[in-house]
Amino acid sequence: MHVSRILPAALVVLVAVSACHKKPEVAPTPVPAPTDTSALRAQHVRDSLAAIDAANRAKAAADQARADSAARAAAAQQAQGAMRASLTAVIHFDFDKSDLRPEDQAILDAKVPVLMANPNVTLRIAGNTDERGSTEYNLALGQRRAATAKRYLTDHGVPAARLETVSYGEERPLCTDHDESCWSQNRRDEFTITGGGDVPLKSPGN
Amino acid sequence: MIKASVSLALALLCFAVPLAAQDTTGPGVHITLTYDPGVRPAVVVLPVPGANGDSIAAILRRDLDYGDRVNVIIIPDSMAAAIRGGLDSTGTASTMNYGVFKTLGALAVVQARNTERGLHVALHDVLHRQVIDVNEFALPQDVASRGWRLAVHRVSDEVERWITGVRGIAATRIAYVRDHAIHVVDSDGADDITIPMVGEGLSPAWSPDASSIAYATFGENSRIVVYDLRTGQSRAFGGRRNTNVSAPTFSPDGSAIVYAVAGENGADLYSAPVAGGPAQRLTVGGGTDNSTPSFSPDGHRIAFTSGRAGPPEIYIMDADGTNVSMFTAYGFSTQNYRSNPDWSPDGLTIAYQAYVPDGSGVFQIFTMSLRDQTPHQLTSDAQNEDPAWAPDARHLVFSSTRGGNKQLWVIDVQSGRVRQLTHGASMSRLGAWSPRLAP
Repeated sequence: MHVSRILPAALVVLVAVSACHKKPEVAPTPVPAPTDTSALRAQHVRDSLAAIDAANRAKAAADQARADSAARAAAAQQAQGAMRASLTAVIHFDFDKSDLRPEDQAILDAKVPVLMANPNVTLRIAGNTDERGSTEYNLALGQRRAATAKRYLTDHGVPAARLETVSYGEERPLCTDHDESCWSQNRRDEFTITGGGDVPLKSPGN
Repeated sequence: MIKASVSLALALLCFAVPLAAQDTTGPGVHITLTYDPGVRPAVVVLPVPGANGDSIAAILRRDLDYGDRVNVIIIPDSMAAAIRGGLDSTGTASTMNYGVFKTLGALAVVQARNTERGLHVALHDVLHRQVIDVNEFALPQDVASRGWRLAVHRVSDEVERWITGVRGIAATRIAYVRDHAIHVVDSDGADDITIPMVGEGLSPAWSPDASSIAYATFGENSRIVVYDLRTGQSRAFGGRRNTNVSAPTFSPDGSAIVYAVAGENGADLYSAPVAGGPAQRLTVGGGTDNSTPSFSPDGHRIAFTSGRAGPPEIYIMDADGTNVSMFTAYGFSTQNYRSNPDWSPDGLTIAYQAYVPDGSGVFQIFTMSLRDQTPHQLTSDAQNEDPAWAPDARHLVFSSTRGGNKQLWVIDVQSGRVRQLTHGASMSRLGAWSPRLAP
């Protein structure tokens, strides 16, 4: 009750005072229209968002490209490794025999496309035997085992000049135990890349 | 029995009649020992006085023992002094007590001593109480050299000829493979040396004049190498791409080397002139493996291993490759494995290795005579391979696992007695016995 009596009285006084003091007239400062400011501000926000979005997408694309490249390189390296592994994969033989068993033919089959795709690659095929039998007769058997593998590959189109055959007989055993588990490991042809292997190999079918 | 003889012998010594050692062999007259050929003559080798005397006596005794034709009586120590008492300072028997030696059971006594002219050696016939052979043998100055030992071995061989009529084989050497290097060792196992190698090698073979050793390398660049023992030079031949060459052997006249050539279509035997020139093909195996040639001593035929019937067997052909026939044509089985023939120097017998028919897959040494074609199994203990005849056509060197790892052993075919020739942690194999070695 006390405040409501003062406020009207204060107002009367203020009006009276303002009426007594009159200031000179000044030109008002120009300001942008309220609608332009908010639009531009929104545009700026949109542009920033777009730029961030583009940057993110670019980064994502770059990451993807890097990942793709790495994956391709890994795949290529794996393919190189697989091709070399197939070229050097060992085949084995039964005692006193030089004929090819089906599983060993399959190993030889895998070498053919790699050899055909890489005409500069040459191989040395080394025939080996287990320790049983005569030392000298085993040199002949080792040579026969190498020749058998070579003949299989040349029959499948590999030029003979790219395949060299040697024999180690029983002289290069992988193990020296006197049992079949060791002997079977020693009865083998080994394949060594002797040329054209210092550059990346071309994959078959490329 | 020896102890009784000792006291008897000492008693006899007191009454020994001095008897000068006489040389009763005039020119053109040779008195031989009388003994029953079925019984080995027993022989005493007296101590040899002077420097290296112990070595000389030991080598003489060992060589006669290893010859398996003579029983060497070892004088009991108690008697040695008494016997030595009968010799003067130069070792000449002022008193040769034949009675003592007769008591010991000796048929002959070998008495050697060093002189300025060489080793003076006399052979005493105990029964006839006289010297029946005598000679002086020049020995090289350097007593530590291989040549000195070889010269003493030659003395043993001559003494064995005096006693038995057959020259000994002590002055010979055996070539063999250890760690893919060619070794040469004296017949008694001493002085083992290696020869310079052009690469890893196998299958040494002596030339008939013992001047060279041929061997084969394997794997890449496989070739036949001939090493000249006199000049130290090596010559290689036979190397070809896609080819393994192996198992060289000299013809008895020394003019050719026959060896196995394994290529794209099996292995065949070829003959190449030692002096150089193109090789001639001997076998036409039709894709089978033919290897390990061995000449008959007259040079007319060659024994070899062939898989032409399936399992490896021994065949014989004429030296030009014609008239091939199977030698081991007994007990045919696909489980057979007969290989590595060696033709004896007297032409009568072929030694080889073969699986025994028990299916164990273990090699033993066999002989088969050209006449009766009946196999005789010589070994049965552990695994035995690579037989090679000594020049006396009576001893064989072979590789055996009977002592643990594979080493060379020597067997006397007549008595079956064996002795170990090589030892060590690394394997020894593929022995080849030299001819008798000249000075």
